[in-house]
Amino acid sequence: MSARAGMRSPLGRAVGVGSAKEGVQHWWMQRVTAVALVPLTLWFVVALIAHIGARRAIVVAWLGSPFVAIAMVLLLIATFYHMALGIEAVIEDYVHSELLKISALILNRLAAIVLGAAGIFAVLRIALGS
Amino acid sequence: MMPADRPLSPHLQIYKPQLTSLLSITHRATGLAVSVGTVLLLWWLIAAAAGDAAYATTQAFWGSWIGILLLLGWSYSLFYHLCNGIRHLAWDTGHGFDIATTYRSGWTVVGASVVLTLVAWVIGIIVLGQQP
Repeated sequence: MSARAGMRSPLGRAVGVGSAKEGVQHWWMQRVTAVALVPLTLWFVVALIAHIGARRAIVVAWLGSPFVAIAMVLLLIATFYHMALGIEAVIEDYVHSELLKISALILNRLAAIVLGAAGIFAVLRIALGS
Repeated sequence: MMPADRPLSPHLQIYKPQLTSLLSITHRATGLAVSVGTVLLLWWLIAAAAGDAAYATTQAFWGSWIGILLLLGWSYSLFYHLCNGIRHLAWDTGHGFDIATTYRSGWTVVGASVVLTLVAWVIGIIVLGQQP
């Protein structure tokens, strides 16, 4: 213990420092969205294969049912959240220039929000009948 | 700073490829592949909301051989990422870290991702065939 530690106790210096508070947020939300995506994607892949070649009227009728519309909105939220976290880790690992890295990190977050919002709007527009 | 006079850790390309390391990098690669595919699928969703003309364009793309190939790759990548993701969730509980179990779960992921892709396409095509 340093003689210049001052009046603060060792505990007082340690509280609020360290990664145990917000540092786990990225890791934790990656897990939470992963668990949500297990049933959602299993449902979606089969449904997608069955609908992607279909006429628009069939797709619109399918997305118009409340169950499908709600599941799609949840899927979009979980997907783009999970995607943003995953790509963030890739950027942090492979982009070493500070300016490029920060730019990419911001762009990644914004893109996830824009794409997610666009997808949710599309589902709602169909489900609520333009 | 003077470079330390000690041997460097061997680079990645020196190592013999192992199932564990290959599955690990494939998890990341499939994650990125699924992301790209998801953005393309978003275009399909938005087109369905936009109207007949926009939808016809996406339908022509997804109905083409390149569209179907992309969809196959997307679905396999997704199932791989899903299966290996569950493997990661199991690891998060502190289980399955010994070498024998890691290899067994690894091969299970490889097999399950192929089987799930086939099953999804069979079910999807059957459902598609029943549409009016």
